[in-house]
Amino acid sequence: MIRFENAVFEYIRRDDEGNVEGITRALDDVSVHIKRGEFVAVLGANGSGKSTFAKHINGLLVPEEGKVFVGGLDTSDDNNLLKIRQMAGMVFQNPDNQIIAQTVEEDVAFGPENMGVPTDEMQQRVDEALEKVGLIAEKDNSPNRLSGGQKQRVAIAGVLAMKPECIIFDESTAMLDPAGRKEVIATAHELNKNNNITVILITHYMNEAMGADRILVMDHGKIVMDGTPRQIFSKPEEIRKYKLEVPEITELAYRLHKAGAPMPAFVLDEDEFMEAIRSAKAAGALS
Amino acid sequence: MSIILDHVSHIYNPGTTFEKRALDDISLVIPDGEFIGLIGHTGSGKSTLIQHLNGLLKPSSGNIFFNGQSIFDNDFKMKDLRREVGLVFQYPEYQLFEVSVIKDVLFGPNNLGMKTLDAEVAAYAALKSVGIDESLLDVSPLDLSGGQKRRVAIAGVLAMKPKVLVLDEPAAGLDPLGRREILDTIANIRKEQNITVILVSHSMEDVAQYVERIIVMNKGKIAMDDTPQEVYSHDEELQAMGLDIPEITRLFLRLKKEGYRLPTDVFTVDQAYEAMMK
Amino acid sequence: MLRDITIGQYYPSGSIIHRLDPRVKFAGTFVYIVSLFVFKTFWGFLPAAVWLITLVIMARIPVKYLLKGLRPMLFLLLFMAAMNLLMTPGEVIGQWWIIKVTKEGIRSAAFMSLRLALLIMGSSLMTYTTTPTALTAAMEHIFRPLKIIRVPVHELAMMMSIALRFIPILLEETDRIMKAQQARGADFESGGLIKRAKAMLPILVPLFVSAFRRAGDLAQAMEARCYHGGKGRTKLHPLKYKLRDIIAYIIMIGYLVGCIFIP
Repeated sequence: MIRFENAVFEYIRRDDEGNVEGITRALDDVSVHIKRGEFVAVLGANGSGKSTFAKHINGLLVPEEGKVFVGGLDTSDDNNLLKIRQMAGMVFQNPDNQIIAQTVEEDVAFGPENMGVPTDEMQQRVDEALEKVGLIAEKDNSPNRLSGGQKQRVAIAGVLAMKPECIIFDESTAMLDPAGRKEVIATAHELNKNNNITVILITHYMNEAMGADRILVMDHGKIVMDGTPRQIFSKPEEIRKYKLEVPEITELAYRLHKAGAPMPAFVLDEDEFMEAIRSAKAAGALS
Repeated sequence: MSIILDHVSHIYNPGTTFEKRALDDISLVIPDGEFIGLIGHTGSGKSTLIQHLNGLLKPSSGNIFFNGQSIFDNDFKMKDLRREVGLVFQYPEYQLFEVSVIKDVLFGPNNLGMKTLDAEVAAYAALKSVGIDESLLDVSPLDLSGGQKRRVAIAGVLAMKPKVLVLDEPAAGLDPLGRREILDTIANIRKEQNITVILVSHSMEDVAQYVERIIVMNKGKIAMDDTPQEVYSHDEELQAMGLDIPEITRLFLRLKKEGYRLPTDVFTVDQAYEAMMK
Repeated sequence: MLRDITIGQYYPSGSIIHRLDPRVKFAGTFVYIVSLFVFKTFWGFLPAAVWLITLVIMARIPVKYLLKGLRPMLFLLLFMAAMNLLMTPGEVIGQWWIIKVTKEGIRSAAFMSLRLALLIMGSSLMTYTTTPTALTAAMEHIFRPLKIIRVPVHELAMMMSIALRFIPILLEETDRIMKAQQARGADFESGGLIKRAKAMLPILVPLFVSAFRRAGDLAQAMEARCYHGGKGRTKLHPLKYKLRDIIAYIIMIGYLVGCIFIP
């Protein structure tokens, strides 16, 4: 579905006279392949290049060296751009700054309108998309009156109405409260499961990555770790090297394990922790 | 500086179709030197509440006393209140406007009419306490990283030497390391300067390990006001208000239910590790 | 709370007037204004007034609202009345010091005020019954021929509709920045003109920075959703004339012809 081949992208900072002050390699020789239907979380500290990575997937940025292919199409060919953007939709960070129209329904229609979808089909697409994110009742309302989580779901519907194969969440939960974050993450999982949409979730909340099929960790423009949550989070020392944290319960289990307690080195969540405690007790290893 | 809220209500746009009761009969005592977490989901009234603490909003009904003096007294000096109670808004970096870091931090002290030298000393000290390096003093705030901008903005309020510091979501939008750093910085400032700190957040996780008292707001009312340990034991009520308790605390509550004798005032991995290894 | 204030003054009542095509309402307002300038006598205002009252009743707009629309224009109205009252030469009926009031003056003052009042009420009827979105769509449609002379009609309409969406957000942001600076001891209320103007700087700079950041974000979000100008674009709710719109046009033409030939 998505293939990065030795992609390089640099930001050049210039001073007032236009002289080069410094160069940041936001993507440094990145090669990765993401399969259709995968749920991939991309983790990394601020400035690790994860947002730049996201913007390459729908052609907002094009690599300076190497290639990026989406659905087999080369993003550096301008003729492919509209098709790529339809296939790989994006949901951004700030809920207010990505809603264009004055009613929910018209905003969802914005993408299909740009694609030239015939009017008869448009209403159906819009209704279906709003139905999927559970906001059909807000159809005629102003987006300004919605909560942060709801606004992000409108943005998701806006992408869905374009019938994408992949949705990229570029830190879409960073500005939301815990309830809003849950809404967005749950929606992402539903679309992945029920509609076989490939999800790329860029986030710095470790917990949100726990439900992913696969995690990519980025640091200084490189993909430094690539594996299942189990593989990634059972290496807390390495994770911390990249200025990230391990979810607290996972960390607790790991430390207990290292201290010789009857605990596995990795537990995914609260339930697994309880499970481990119970089996330790059954084995008589726990008082 | 003690603050007493006496049956305070606040209504936005009274008498119109947009009328909204944001605060509903709030009574609250904030004594000197406390470290308080003010928790509530978006729209619970916590932002409205903190704007009452430095006089940006006045109650529609009820009264507020600062050091015993009513906000409605004729000789009440609003300027003094702004000096005493420093309020750091959410995403404070969006208020930076000066050409250099130091000038921006000096904005508050100068507005209060502090003498040049005093103002500068206060500004330098404030920048130091938030961990901004001296080499950045003459840099434009717009050229700083997100985390640095936020520190400068907090220093801008600290430089006014407030006795009460209120911060609205100081860690919002930062990565895990940035979040921890900023909260540690605030905890240090409170320890060094011995001031009252009110940390506003919609996340229990962030405030749990720092504060000694948690005020939970819901629908414009105070739903709970107690020690963290006591507040977290009402897990289900909190969830009904759209709030979470720290993961570790929730795990311990569950373990306790299954019959393990474990403490419930455990909020961090370190504390949990200690408790379980015993 | 500022977000709740809608820009414009749309008053939803769901009447037949509300449901008319916005282009019809545009044309209707135009015809109505023309008719006001055709008349030279007081009697001429009678059909215009009847026309307006009929529409207001049909649109189910409370009279209170209509009069409220006059309020911001009150100064202009009084000023014009005063100018006409005092500046019109003719048969003097009263004189104090250098102020002369003539019979013609009274007549012309009353005539002009009535015309202006009818004009304001008529055009506010359009904004009461049409959403800003529909107004923008109508303008895009009506001015489409200007594309030939390279006026970027679609882009202007898009800009207008984005502005309409962001005005409440930026208003709220202004409020927030003002409060943040007030919390840092800024004082916007006292001092002379220059001091006050200077005090605006801490609000304006962050506001501009934020507006540019939002503009950048929005441009990117639009691009990501395949926006590439007006070419090949379809619409969710394209403007389409219905029977009632055609009837409205016919009535309108009747009204205009009547107004021109009856006197």
